[in-house]
Amino acid sequence: MRLAVMGAGAVGTSVLELAAEYGHRVVAIADSSSAAVDATGLDPATVTERKRETGSVGTATVETALAAEYDALVEATPTTLGDAEPGYSYVVEAFERDRHVVLANKGPVAERYADVRAAEAASDGDLLFEATVAGAIPTLSTITDLGPGHVTAVRGVLNGTANFILSRMAAEGLDYEHVLAEAQDLGVAETDPSFDVEGTDAALKCVILANVLYDREYTLADAAVDGIADLPGSVLELAAEDGRTVRLVGEVADGEIAVGPRLVPENGTLAVTGTRNIVQLETASAGQLNISGRGAGGPETASAVLADVGRLAKR
Amino acid sequence: MSEAVRAYTVRLELVDEPGELLRALEPIAANGGNLLSVLHERGNLTPRGRIPIEVDLEAAPERFDVIVESLRDTGVNVVQAGAERYGEELVVILSGHLVETDLSETLTRIQRPGEVSVMDVSLSAPSGTSDVSSARLRIATDSGGIDDVLDSVESLAEEKELRVITPLTEADA
Repeated sequence: MRLAVMGAGAVGTSVLELAAEYGHRVVAIADSSSAAVDATGLDPATVTERKRETGSVGTATVETALAAEYDALVEATPTTLGDAEPGYSYVVEAFERDRHVVLANKGPVAERYADVRAAEAASDGDLLFEATVAGAIPTLSTITDLGPGHVTAVRGVLNGTANFILSRMAAEGLDYEHVLAEAQDLGVAETDPSFDVEGTDAALKCVILANVLYDREYTLADAAVDGIADLPGSVLELAAEDGRTVRLVGEVADGEIAVGPRLVPENGTLAVTGTRNIVQLETASAGQLNISGRGAGGPETASAVLADVGRLAKR
Repeated sequence: MSEAVRAYTVRLELVDEPGELLRALEPIAANGGNLLSVLHERGNLTPRGRIPIEVDLEAAPERFDVIVESLRDTGVNVVQAGAERYGEELVVILSGHLVETDLSETLTRIQRPGEVSVMDVSLSAPSGTSDVSSARLRIATDSGGIDDVLDSVESLAEEKELRVITPLTEADA
């Protein structure tokens, strides 16, 4: 497949680097203000070196990348709240040209699900967005295989930053501010960590899961969200004394979405440590399924994007 | 389930013979009891050389008397019956200005005589009681009462601006 990649951050550049390995070719890549386009396929090394030296991927305009001859648009621009722009407009434009769309950006399916599905319905192109929920973990494709109607609940640890902080606090008896500073030094947490520690990121993933599970549109406003910011260390101590620990758990069940710190058994399935994620599916006839793995990172998320591209190629 | 249903613990002694346990449990279901758990201490023997069994069950009080009678009728040795206990337990952690917001009043409002009881409280106040502290509460409730308890704890926490960490109630291996 010929791919146009919108967004040249960790995920976008990893898609560029890994595409050939998966038998695909990136014909265009765009960052926020420039683009590189080559119908015969871009050379990853050239593009990433240019980006590193000059700050832009090429000399072409973003519009040129959108107008390139591609089969699937990979939307990997940063997630924005509210109108989900510019990602949303890129998606709509691709569908108007009857092209497929693969999302790594959560915004369009978390904030404007009905609009995106309507644009898809009017197009010959199809939409897949495995990478938007729990990075490398095959969550949405598993739900699709099982059939959304056979999945009665989904819960999980869906934010690696929050999980890193909670597991370090519990293991080392350190307070929140200390561990957050450490996470920022390690590059696990952003300078402004609010998106992760206030539960917004996990909630967006749950909203996407709810959109897939139930036949109605959910947005962030439908989720009850509580984060882990400033959680006192004494909470983790009291939990540990009782053989438990605290995890930021997102839950989608009975048509409702909730994200918040929850008590889980210390050695239980959901108590993954470090930046790991886990998704737990409750099914009507197959019991409980647990899938854990890396929920973020450039190559990890790009592997989910390229798995979607592979699914579209088989259609 | 009617409100009159109560949880009971019954202690039995069984002869160590095949089929004995099944024979002891049959009258419970047959007389309208709901079996909650069976603790079978096979390694332990009573002074009379029998195997002690502890059975937790739910039943309406009038049905419970019938169950005990029918157990005795089938020749099962009922050692103790009727020690009432709560059906379910949960642990929550509250955090915030617990002392300033009157922890004992908080606990009193969680309890409901005969239905909900705070079994124990562990308080952690590393920076003194005037600062943020946390408390772990073990709460016992009638079977099926967990959701109500969680609702009331959550609304209390909201009123007193406390943070509440609730357990995942779904079975989690």
